[in-house]
Amino acid sequence: MTDYKIHVLICGGTGCKSADSDELKKSLKQWIDEVGLEDDVQVVLTGCFGFCEKGPIVKVLPDNTFYVSVTPSDAEEIVKEHLLKGRVVQRLLYRDPNTHQQISDSKGMDFYKKQMRIALRNCGFINPENIQEYISRDGYMALGKCLTELTPEDTIQEIKDSGLRGRGGGGFPTGLKWEITRKSEADQKYVVCNADEGDPGAFMDRSILEGDPHSVIEAMSICGYCIGASKGLVYIRAEYPLAIERLKIALDQAREYGLLGEDILGTGFDFDIDIRLGAGAFVCGEETALIHSMEGKRGEPTFKPPFPSVSGFLGKPTNVNNVETFANIPVIINKGASWFNKIGTENSKGTKVFALAGKINNVGLIEVPMGTTLREVIYDIGGGIKDGKEFKSVQTGGPSGGCLTKNFLDTPIDYDNLLKAGSMMGSGGMIVMDEDDCMVAIARFYLEFILEESCGKCSPCRIGNKRLFEILDKITSGKGEEKDIERLILLSNVIKDTSLCGLGQTSPNPVLSTILNFRDEYLAHVNEKKCPSGQCKSLLKYEIIEDLCTGCTLCFRNCPVGAITGERRQPHYIDQSLCIKCGVCYEKCKFNAIKLT
Amino acid sequence: MPKIKLAESTVKIIKDVCARFNNSEGELINVLHTVQHKLGYLPAEVQEVIAKELNTSVAKVYGVVTFYSYFSMIPKGEFPISICMGTACYVRGAEQVLSEFKRQLKVEVGESTSDGKFSLNCLRCVGACGLAPVVMIGEKVFGRVAPTQVKQIIAEYREGCSSEKAKSA
Ligand SMILES: Cc1cc2nc3c(=O)[nH]c(=O)nc-3n(C[C@H](O)[C@H](O)[C@H](O)COP(=O)(O)O)c2cc1C
Ligand code: SF4
Ligand code: SF4
Ligand code: FES
Repeated sequence: MTDYKIHVLICGGTGCKSADSDELKKSLKQWIDEVGLEDDVQVVLTGCFGFCEKGPIVKVLPDNTFYVSVTPSDAEEIVKEHLLKGRVVQRLLYRDPNTHQQISDSKGMDFYKKQMRIALRNCGFINPENIQEYISRDGYMALGKCLTELTPEDTIQEIKDSGLRGRGGGGFPTGLKWEITRKSEADQKYVVCNADEGDPGAFMDRSILEGDPHSVIEAMSICGYCIGASKGLVYIRAEYPLAIERLKIALDQAREYGLLGEDILGTGFDFDIDIRLGAGAFVCGEETALIHSMEGKRGEPTFKPPFPSVSGFLGKPTNVNNVETFANIPVIINKGASWFNKIGTENSKGTKVFALAGKINNVGLIEVPMGTTLREVIYDIGGGIKDGKEFKSVQTGGPSGGCLTKNFLDTPIDYDNLLKAGSMMGSGGMIVMDEDDCMVAIARFYLEFILEESCGKCSPCRIGNKRLFEILDKITSGKGEEKDIERLILLSNVIKDTSLCGLGQTSPNPVLSTILNFRDEYLAHVNEKKCPSGQCKSLLKYEIIEDLCTGCTLCFRNCPVGAITGERRQPHYIDQSLCIKCGVCYEKCKFNAIKLT
Repeated sequence: MPKIKLAESTVKIIKDVCARFNNSEGELINVLHTVQHKLGYLPAEVQEVIAKELNTSVAKVYGVVTFYSYFSMIPKGEFPISICMGTACYVRGAEQVLSEFKRQLKVEVGESTSDGKFSLNCLRCVGACGLAPVVMIGEKVFGRVAPTQVKQIIAEYREGCSSEKAKSA
């Protein structure tokens, strides 16, 4: 970076932007101008720092001070105290929840200690809208090395030796895929980056594109060189406006610098990249559906083989890789396969990015070496379960994955272990659930998602999932019977075996894994008509315990439908025919006088 | 649905967009994105013009429009409300927030209020899971929304728009 003395980095990821980091940047700039520091201090909007729970985040370099939950009104104090007088603003520092100590340097935070950042190496460090900052951190060095020192075969060999597997879900060896596409003969070939990220509750790929778009562009060019393609396409969700914007800026800058376009770096290699927008269909993440969508058609999958590497976009050989897969490539080329393949486990090399969310203290974006245990991720990095509740389950793999219990907490995370445990790696969504979450309701939630997203082309998926959903709906509304559990299992297996594409083939996984790991919860719903975690609305009743009710009227005043009656200082009463079971009274009552039965 | 007559100027907008994409059928999705961006939605009559310009069947255009949830055949409200129903928001109580919006506005998902002010929709993960449950109104993101805040949020927009109108008048 240039000769500013101090750099103030503000998180400009979607999470922090939603929490007004733009306004914060303006305020900081204003105060910096006001005190006359504009020549010494540079303010940069970066990509996601990962610590979304406590956003907006501000980091001050060179001393590495890490401020959390910063609002525009804090700008004055940061500028006048920290930037002007060098005094850290204590009240904005992160406080370790266990030791209650304030931590000034982010390196000292448990959240970062166990992480290892390869794909996210630049997120939160550079201004994604400035190509020079990427270049100053070894950007485009790997492309240069490939074009001038390595043959396509050498490069593919390096990727193969690294052991990198696809991060989009399937885990197919990346080097092998490149080799197959290289060997397919054709006059034109394509490199496609899959940025459709349909798993609800996951934001890894978006964060990479928002925070470090050049790493993906560089890797796609390397891929083009290897497989013999001159054209690349990024298929990205229209719901990601910020990522699209930054990618466009990055593409323009790369062209301007001669790193994209004709005769790249004077080597005679031509490569350029176009953007294609998705339009809100989960199944378009599946590669054959994605290709149809890019051709302007309905995003319906087709049978494989032929695989895209043989016949893909417009019938030409097409190499499809995920955003995170690409983001690893430049590092592998720069540091070497032998460096990369020392990280991770036997069959899963490198790191994996996860979007950690749900009932966890530190919601955010993390990257850990393969082989890290779920316990380390949830307790050390994630800071444990919110509000001191009990851990119940962690869901990985999104709608195609499963729910794991505490028995799996010490399982090292890699492709094979997660599959063995009844879930899958998926693209990296990781949702933590606590004692209040009902596993039957979660299975129903995912099925509802599948119903909306099934393309309808084949009947096992279109009709079978509908039936699965109906049975689950019956169970959660107290009308289930024990035989339904066996019906669910039978039907699930038929759907898995007979569906056309990966969506249908994996859609029953949330059902099967919750039955496997939480059968007692299903039994409580069907036999006792009870929801042990109190989530299934039809199965519960809010009641006021007369002896504990002080008649404070708090519940009466808060009930949105006027279901509560009672005189001041007299026990109150809930009219069950009016109650919509919103739970507000239960939360508001200070005397624990409202019970759930 | 009653047939609407498109204004000359609207037809011209659509034709221009199609021309910009070389009237090529392969660009259908890009055309739809651009037209929806300009007109707000894609009613049947608009699809007919697009089909003609791209030299393809209306059935094909309709098939694509209805396949993708991003495309809408009905107009959105002045303040489109989107409730995030991604998993992270779901486990943090998005369902309760949604039902409160439905109750307050007296509409179902996919509908608009009779005064055209609000429309209600669900979406999947806006990428601000740290703020779950998340609600978007227009471009503005509301984080950690509790069912009890819903009434207040709606009231702000009701009042806000009347006072803004007063200002611009
Ligand atoms: C229903 C379904 C949804 C998928 N969604 C995505 C996605 O959102 N992003 C992604 O990269 N891959 C997704 N995939 C996997 C892709 O089909 C493909 O395997 C992947 O993009 C290949 O890239 P990789 O080898 O780098 O992982 C999905 C697969 C299925 C069956
Ligand atoms: S399995 Fe489902 S999503 Fe896949 S082709 Fe069949 S209907 Fe479509
Ligand atoms: S649960 Fe909600 S609706 Fe029912 S009594 Fe309590 S506050 Fe009223
Ligand atoms: S699940 Fe709602 S913002 Fe991610």
